Amino acid sequence: MTEIPVEHGLLFAAALFCIGLVGVLVRRNLVFMLMSLELMLNATAFVFVLGGALHGNADGQVMFVMILTLAAAEVAVGLALVVHLYHRHRSLDADRLDVMKG
Amino acid sequence: MTGLFYFTMLIALLAALQVVRGLNAVHALLHLIVTLLALSLLFFLLGAPFAAALQVIVYAGAIMVLMVFVIMMLNQGDAAVEQERAWLDVASWRVPGLLCGLLLLELGYLLLAPADGGRVRAVDAAAVGRTLFGPYLLLVELASMLLLAALVGAWHLVRPLKNRREGTSDD
Repeated sequence: MTEIPVEHGLLFAAALFCIGLVGVLVRRNLVFMLMSLELMLNATAFVFVLGGALHGNADGQVMFVMILTLAAAEVAVGLALVVHLYHRHRSLDADRLDVMKG
Repeated sequence: MTGLFYFTMLIALLAALQVVRGLNAVHALLHLIVTLLALSLLFFLLGAPFAAALQVIVYAGAIMVLMVFVIMMLNQGDAAVEQERAWLDVASWRVPGLLCGLLLLELGYLLLAPADGGRVRAVDAAAVGRTLFGPYLLLVELASMLLLAALVGAWHLVRPLKNRREGTSDD
């Protein structure tokens, strides 16, 4: 299909993953941290699809479907936790969650 | 065609940067949707139309709608933007950003060092379906159990808020 070197695709995925990683590390708002997690998941999904396209088999897209399922489950539980914590603490600050004490 | 590929990558990366450094949650979410759509176009260019369609329908459609609803429920206004501005000062950016930049440089060096590129080949939806429900059937069952667990978990986390606050024991 498209004539691009695989290294450039991998480099793009690495850049996207690092942007998401910076977001998770730097942001204190839980909603933004969840969005950065989505970015990281998407970078890995892109690598899977790229590998599948490189070898010409469907395994990459199968793994993409699995990552999609994982992301849906993660967002459902994560957002439920966010709503719960917001109702309890009136804040989305991740640093204030040290009151949980296990 | 190749230029289109790099252009889409650039759009995805710029939108991802806007997600990470955005102050307003809704604006960041819109940028995240732009990133997802750009990735969908990349999947299409890679010869994976099934993955591209799923990316638009499930990711940019369903999952992002869930996040929109939650952001609406949390009801963050201008005060939240000010708070984000206060939280996101340079001192908190500097060290993690630098370390991740170094990590990216290292990854780029490792990826660009060996030079044996390959051609990508198109994989249609029928092949994906045959593989998904052939050798990976157990994985599909596990995924359904994961989704069920997520459903039950989310329901359990959100449900008992009202009862617990009122402290009623009889109902």
